[in-house]
Amino acid sequence: MRVRLYDVAHARAGDKGNLNTVALIAYDPAWYPVLCAEVTPERVAAHLADRVVGEVVRHRLDNVEALIFVCPRGGDDTVTTSLWLDAHGKALSSALLEMVVDVDEESAPSLPARPGGAAPPTGGE
Amino acid sequence: MDVNGGTVRIGCGAGFAADRVEPAVDLVERGALDTLVLECLGERTVALAALRRLADPGGGYDPMLAKRMRALLGPLRRTGTRLVTNAGAAHPQAAARMVAALAAEAGEPLAVAAVTGDDVLDRIDPDAPAWEDGRPLAEHGELVSANAYIGVDALLPALETGAPVVIAGRAADPSLFLAPLVHALGWDTADWDRMAAGTLVGHLLECAGQVTGGYFADPGVKPVPGLARLGYPLAEVGADGGAVVTKPDGTGGRVDRMTVVEQLTYEVTDPGAYLTPDVTLDITGVGVEGLGGDRVRVGGARGRARPAELKVSVGYRAGFRGEGEISYAGRGALDRARLAAEVVRERVAGAVPRLRVDVVGVDAVHGSALSEGAPYECRLRVAGLAPDRATADIVAEEVSALYTSGPAGGGGLRAGTTEVVGVLSTTVPRERVETRVAVYGGGERR
Repeated sequence: MRVRLYDVAHARAGDKGNLNTVALIAYDPAWYPVLCAEVTPERVAAHLADRVVGEVVRHRLDNVEALIFVCPRGGDDTVTTSLWLDAHGKALSSALLEMVVDVDEESAPSLPARPGGAAPPTGGE
Repeated sequence: MDVNGGTVRIGCGAGFAADRVEPAVDLVERGALDTLVLECLGERTVALAALRRLADPGGGYDPMLAKRMRALLGPLRRTGTRLVTNAGAAHPQAAARMVAALAAEAGEPLAVAAVTGDDVLDRIDPDAPAWEDGRPLAEHGELVSANAYIGVDALLPALETGAPVVIAGRAADPSLFLAPLVHALGWDTADWDRMAAGTLVGHLLECAGQVTGGYFADPGVKPVPGLARLGYPLAEVGADGGAVVTKPDGTGGRVDRMTVVEQLTYEVTDPGAYLTPDVTLDITGVGVEGLGGDRVRVGGARGRARPAELKVSVGYRAGFRGEGEISYAGRGALDRARLAAEVVRERVAGAVPRLRVDVVGVDAVHGSALSEGAPYECRLRVAGLAPDRATADIVAEEVSALYTSGPAGGGGLRAGTTEVVGVLSTTVPRERVETRVAVYGGGERR
């Protein structure tokens, strides 16, 4: 089944100079191994290629079920000299959560419930 | 400083230069704090402040500091809470004099300590490569500021003067928290695990509302109660470095495992080695335990020796940015915005060296790859960077001209040109940075 990261994880972006950190945090620890397997640095680099230039490095924080992606931008795309509307790259957290991954239906953990009570819509296109 | 049963209570009342004032007042009045920290400097804030100091020798500190202090001086005095801030920006002495004068005017003279020495413009190598692109610093443009990230070493002597207010410039954000913890709890600054524990507390608190539910809400998915009344954070820190992060009762927001983990990861480029002037922090073993009731216990930070060199933020004149925006709505809005983009590109044609043209609502934030469907309304945005103001002005002029000489129905024009101060990073050997403390005003000491 196809799952949008937005349905199983939350994210926060930070910035330093011309790079962004984007953290991806599983709502349910059961999804963390799936994120580790599917959300590779190569896939993140391709997904964010509009803004991210060069190699993405991934760090695992197994202690809090989070992945940190370190995403470089162009040399002239710094927070001060960028011509992008979002000079910091803060909204990249939302861009990452738009990624859709393929997960084996039988081994997939159940999708986390939303605070409102309704189950999230299954991702897919 | 008072220590409540071996526990220090430290709060954060500002996480950036333009942060709100009221939550800091509430923290002081109801948080039973030992120390309030105001973190008011970003990478570029100090460079902009340096330009203001060039224009006005008595300026160069955070322009919101006077407003903050007018609101805080009374509550700080009544509760015996100490204040530590980096709002001195490019001129901590001027900031300290101003705060001392405000206190004297209010009839309650107050000693204010200024920490200086982070300005290293005459001590860096202008030919050193910038971290950002590897080119020599000076090749980017005229260097206007260079500020070393100073730490606990620089702040402790100011705390030891007993001054109730300590104002620094480019002190590292977590050091603003670690220094009062070291001072109150008597930690050894070579006890790397303690330095790591205090740095972790600083890291979690330094962005103020970002750990109490700010920058977190997503309706229906990640709800935050009372976001408009967001409370700012405080930590109860034990002598062993273990801490509980919380916020004043009755304020909006939430402090739980999710909000704390988001902030734990924030701006961390290497979780095994988060570098500050004081320690090399390893957060890969940090535990985050939600206790309920907006309380979260954190611990397990590990430390290694501090880096040999200090990071330096270098400001340079990067030219001028011209920007213009105009909106289109209804059927064909996107086609008209795209036509307007082509028209501006053709009219500007090479005059502006770096030009970016986006449609807000479609591809301005992330590029077009993630957009779906055509919006009812959208907004053309053109931005260009040029070495001189007159060239940058061409961008604003040509977007403005779309009113009468562009596609149908453009409205809501905004256009202008601003000077750009770029910021680069480098390092400086620790021994080249000499910090000092001066105390202004008051005389009344605790």
